[in-house]
Amino acid sequence: MISGSAISPDVLQVDAARETERITASIRDMVFNQLRRKGAVVGVSGGIDSSVVAFLCARALGSEHVLVLFTPESDSSPDSLRLGRMVAESLGVRSAVEDITPILRGARCYERRDESIRAVVPEYGEGYKCKIVLPNLIDANRYAIFSIVVQSPSGQTRKVRLSPSAYLGIVAATNFKQRTRKMIEYYYADLYQYAVAGTPNRLEYDQGFFVKGGDGAADFKPIAHLYKSQVYQLAAYLGVPEEIRRRPSTTDTYSLEQSQEEFYFSLPLAKMDLCLYGRNNGIPAAELAPVAGLDDKQVQRVYAMIDSKRNVARYLRAAPLLVDEVEGI
Amino acid sequence: MLTSSNFAQDVRQFMVFNFLYGQERSFSDDDSFMGEGIVDSTGVLQLVEFLEATYGITVEDEELIPENLDSLNNVSAYLARKLNTAPGGDALQETAAARGNA
Repeated sequence: MISGSAISPDVLQVDAARETERITASIRDMVFNQLRRKGAVVGVSGGIDSSVVAFLCARALGSEHVLVLFTPESDSSPDSLRLGRMVAESLGVRSAVEDITPILRGARCYERRDESIRAVVPEYGEGYKCKIVLPNLIDANRYAIFSIVVQSPSGQTRKVRLSPSAYLGIVAATNFKQRTRKMIEYYYADLYQYAVAGTPNRLEYDQGFFVKGGDGAADFKPIAHLYKSQVYQLAAYLGVPEEIRRRPSTTDTYSLEQSQEEFYFSLPLAKMDLCLYGRNNGIPAAELAPVAGLDDKQVQRVYAMIDSKRNVARYLRAAPLLVDEVEGI
Repeated sequence: MLTSSNFAQDVRQFMVFNFLYGQERSFSDDDSFMGEGIVDSTGVLQLVEFLEATYGITVEDEELIPENLDSLNNVSAYLARKLNTAPGGDALQETAAARGNA
């Protein structure tokens, strides 16, 4: 799949036509044969990954066998729904909109999150916006410790380091969002006897950039082997609308816009991709550095970060543990 | 008087109780907490909270680096530097004395 053996910026070039053929054949086999389901539900956020998965599923299964689902909530960018609809229209697939705000209110998602924020920013309340961010991790040997950025209704911003309980409280509360989305996806999967498509790319799957039992839950994950830049190549080949391909990656989880780099990788995704490739293929930091546009030390730090996040992600990917193997199933 | 060995003993106790769940597992004063898989970044944050509460110090953002926090030796040396240079060092020692560590 990956062409070229020398370390060049083209190392992640993929033969998009061939890879699309390979993935769609696999989706057909997974959904119809292995899972014995009649189609696929795809939660589409208007981002590149979920859009590509929707395009691949429609191509693999036929547009009549795909349901695209939009699950906005009160912190979502209005662009997400608009771009999601663009995907459904391009493909001619059925779609459904489920505003999950009332469910999240019922679960006290926002209330619990705000209580945790107030532990470090007491004035936080109505009309405020927030996001959590990491420091720059590649220019110095720092810990990946989160701060919260809050914006007051008058537009003033303030950044405060999170205490452990505030950090865990905010994450635990906002994870309701991904878990609620998955619950709605499975409602439609049950209704139509469909399988649920997961949309993580390789970086997310490898590094644990998903919520366990939330966007981490799915029946099949057709792009989990693809580096982010390969997802973009497939998007261009598949004809994903240009506006989606040009949109910067965002988590769409917090009320202040938060890029994925800011939240998790603290490195532009194209560089992160090359570093992950380098780590996976045993390329010494000094050799990868010029290709990734980083220095030797920066690559060494990113390699260390990759290893450390992999350790944490092991729990996120783990299937339930059993005392004994259960025979006969 | 507070000494490095007091710090190391206190921090070891905290680490074993909070991250090894009281289970026997030996790690040396020089072992990397991250490297040994004892803590992740949230664990570091919990260690920082413990140090701030126990020794009455404020760990600044720029001090959140492995050189200060990634092993018992590093933490001990960091605390020694921090407490010796902090204004009101006597009060800090009293805080520790009240816990029976001085």
